[in-house]
Amino acid sequence: MFRKLHDPEAEAVTVYIDGVPALAEANESAAAVLMRQGSPWARRTPVSNARRAPYCMMGVCFDCVATVDGVASVQTCLAPVHDGMRIDRQIGRRSVTP
Amino acid sequence: MSRTADLVIVGAGPAGMAAAVTARRHQLDVLVVDEQAAPGGQIWRDVEAVSCKPQAAFLGNAYHEGLAAVGRFRASGATYEPNTKVWQVEAGPRAFLTRDGAASSVKARSMLLATGAQERPVPFPGWTLPGVMTVGAAQIMLKTSGQVPVEPVWIAANGPLALLYAAQLLKMGGRIAGFLDTTPAIDVSATIPKLAAAAFAAPGDLLKGLGWIVNLRRHVPYIRHVARIEAFGTDRLERFRYETASGVAATVDAHLLLVHEGVVPSIHPTLSLGCVHNWLGGQDCFAPALDAWGETSEAGIFVAGDGGGIGGAAVASLRGEIAGLRIAARAGRISAVEAQAAAQPIRSRLKRALTARSFLDAFYRPRASIFVPADETIACRCEEVSVASIRAQAAIGRPGPNQIKASTRAGMGPCQGRQCSYTIASVLADAEGRQVPDIGLYRVRPPLKPLTLDELASLDDVGCPT
Ligand code: FES
Repeated sequence: MFRKLHDPEAEAVTVYIDGVPALAEANESAAAVLMRQGSPWARRTPVSNARRAPYCMMGVCFDCVATVDGVASVQTCLAPVHDGMRIDRQIGRRSVTP
Repeated sequence: MSRTADLVIVGAGPAGMAAAVTARRHQLDVLVVDEQAAPGGQIWRDVEAVSCKPQAAFLGNAYHEGLAAVGRFRASGATYEPNTKVWQVEAGPRAFLTRDGAASSVKARSMLLATGAQERPVPFPGWTLPGVMTVGAAQIMLKTSGQVPVEPVWIAANGPLALLYAAQLLKMGGRIAGFLDTTPAIDVSATIPKLAAAAFAAPGDLLKGLGWIVNLRRHVPYIRHVARIEAFGTDRLERFRYETASGVAATVDAHLLLVHEGVVPSIHPTLSLGCVHNWLGGQDCFAPALDAWGETSEAGIFVAGDGGGIGGAAVASLRGEIAGLRIAARAGRISAVEAQAAAQPIRSRLKRALTARSFLDAFYRPRASIFVPADETIACRCEEVSVASIRAQAAIGRPGPNQIKASTRAGMGPCQGRQCSYTIASVLADAEGRQVPDIGLYRVRPPLKPLTLDELASLDDVGCPT
């Protein structure tokens, strides 16, 4: 859906989206990387199983949540990427309280 | 871990940074916590890193002014903690934070909430489909990732942010399929005097805005008075239909539709504190009641910037400075008289900076269906509750937002009503023949942001929230 205007060159890192490697630039948000993929979505809803993608990119909507490095319900728009980061799309309910 | 400070500031945008610089000038011990990875807020997001990237050349002067503001903040000696979530604030004042998976609390003599604004939610049928996102979201990706839409993009929007984004996108070689201007036809007699005042106070800004519109209309299909939008698709946006106020309609294929209807103050922290809030009729939103220094109804808790009412970056900086002076006086570093004298020239600049605002508010007022969307629209994105089911509840008795939450789960999801509280209030007001300010918003309960059990467990005994 989106494309980068420049080549990250020295800043390039690899992240794994549902196990599939994807190119990213160090410190950009995981959500921004998701929006460059052929199938740009982050989670499925618990109620109707509908796909959702990042909507606000500023931490407000919670539609970008995914499992990041094994931690569930991480807001990917607030998660800077690092080399080897695992982003797994999330299916079902997210928790708000412990 | 539990700490103390003279002043804790939540948010490092224009207001938070200006307040920090002012308070540090008077030797206060200042802690600034920020959800973002670097100072600048949304307007100057990531400006330090971005200023050496290729996209920097296209972002305009207003963005680069942020570099100087961030520089002053960095040099001020305030302690800055990025990537930090504030999940509870209490009278006292005290704030509970998490950073790197560890929770902590900080008790301060004064607290300044500089949490800024969020984009007003733009509900219409299909707005939850992947491929529908806000203009602000796309602009954040432009700034921080240097990324643009692959295909020519549709923008359906009202307000200066969308015009600025469109101008930046065209400069960067992005393409726009069409600009659907959703600004309703305005009441000219009410707006002209405000326009005249704005032209007098800030002629440069007004001309800049006009320039964006002229340029846009020259380069892309530009459709005015778009009143209705409906998006379709199964797993993602496939096409959408729009209709103008005069009934001209079209359906177009699209994978991406960017929407924007202005911004509203982020008031979750002050709502959770139980601060008094006022309805700002001209901006169609609630904001905390503030005195001339930005202090809320809770002693020692201040708000500066867009979180106290939308004013933009210049206004936010000035309000941050004013709050910083009063906070320095509270800490006994300057006298009340000294604070008053120092605030005087800032207040005159503030007055000037606010003049253009009332014109923008009147001119860019959202259309009615932004507040009361069509029945089939999902009102609460988190719990997937439709406008129709809110109406059905409204038909039984006269429920308020908290009863709606209990009966439909609307507002109970992780966003805690940040995307639906105004819609719920407006639909209830419409169905019950009442006014939004009388209906009010959901009660806000901590945590303000989700936190894990591990994070909570890392709080030591002294730090437990009350
Ligand atoms: S995209 Fe809205 S919270 Fe991340």
